[in-house]
Amino acid sequence: MYAQMVKSEGMKSAEEMTPEERAFQNRIDRNEKIEPKEWMPEGYRKTLIRQIGQHAHSEIVGQLPEGNWITRAPTLERKAILLAKVQDEAGHGLYLYSAAETLGVSRDELMEKLHSGAMKYSSIFNYPTLTWADMGAVGWLVDGAAIMNQVPLQRTSYGPYSRAMIRICKEESFHQRQGYAIMMKMAQGTPEQKEMAQDALNRFWYPALMMFGPSDKDSVHSAQSMAWKIKMNTNDELRQKFVDETVPQAEYLGLTVPDETLRWNEERGHYDFAEPDWNEFFEVIKGNGPCNRERLEARRTAWEEGRWFREGLMAYAEKSAARRKAAPHAAE
Amino acid sequence: MSRKEWPLWEIFIRGQHGLNHRHVGSLHAPDAEMAIRNARDVYTRRKEGVSIWVVRSADITASAPSEKGPMFDPAESKVYRHPTFFDIPDEVGHM
Repeated sequence: MYAQMVKSEGMKSAEEMTPEERAFQNRIDRNEKIEPKEWMPEGYRKTLIRQIGQHAHSEIVGQLPEGNWITRAPTLERKAILLAKVQDEAGHGLYLYSAAETLGVSRDELMEKLHSGAMKYSSIFNYPTLTWADMGAVGWLVDGAAIMNQVPLQRTSYGPYSRAMIRICKEESFHQRQGYAIMMKMAQGTPEQKEMAQDALNRFWYPALMMFGPSDKDSVHSAQSMAWKIKMNTNDELRQKFVDETVPQAEYLGLTVPDETLRWNEERGHYDFAEPDWNEFFEVIKGNGPCNRERLEARRTAWEEGRWFREGLMAYAEKSAARRKAAPHAAE
Repeated sequence: MSRKEWPLWEIFIRGQHGLNHRHVGSLHAPDAEMAIRNARDVYTRRKEGVSIWVVRSADITASAPSEKGPMFDPAESKVYRHPTFFDIPDEVGHM
């Protein structure tokens, strides 16, 4: 999940709601989409900005761990594929920033909040990508986990968010499959290559499980977000679904999920599995993961060093517009 | 900080098959030419279109959501605008 632990405003009962709020909730219950200029509770607007913003930041920061391998991809074809994948992530970030902006926040504000640490991005991108096999594990597991969350979000109540999700989901399957294809190649390769694939799975398994966030079945934030249909499933439901789908895929690869307690539970019809280390998760969220500083630094540098370019293009656009105004025919 | 953000543009794309241009989303760009270039990269990475229109978001005038009723409800009672309102006997044939 690219949005973790998004705080929502407290939940109100039907009696506590104002008539406007009740009418709004009724619209959501009828599966009507809410559009940008329509009335919405302030809490809905704020929660969505936090959630969509965090999701967008994750797409953008998420380019970094994979960008790390573009120049070192093993073949030209793999390089072209990875480049296309990373470019998609940039696109996904842009769709989502646009959706957030319809709620009255500016792009620059969102950027500044990312750079100051006021807004977060997914914990997963604070882990390093040490070998080429990590490109496989990231596509397979990280994009796989993201899909679990993004598919239901296509039905979210906020129109622009829903439309961005539909667009993103169309492209996401390519990401997961190219990752799995890398894993297949490595797992069927030399013993050393298979070992690299296993090592990548070992390192990414628990961070991937953390992407869904800690259990939120008793969380008021989660209950409110679910009532507003900006969250469609609990974190535990999505995590279970991810494990159920991923374990057979690992078996096909001949790789071992690094969890000795992992077992098919006939009664539940699901796998039993070990929870990740939530202390590690909270440390990463706080900024103490292996790559937090490096990631933020890379984003800040890109933003600062791109400033002259953004300003230069703006100045050029203004100058040409003024020139066209002064001499309309000359510009034809 | 006194710097200016690039303005927002609404992007319309014509799909492959002689369809209308359709709104697909928005993006920031310094001018129209750059908006088209950026729209190509953001919205047509998989050959989604054969033509792009860009319009400054600030230049779009929209109907007010609060006036949805008065704007669109009058059409509701005019069911005779639909061909199925009229019963034509089978003997007449296709019409």
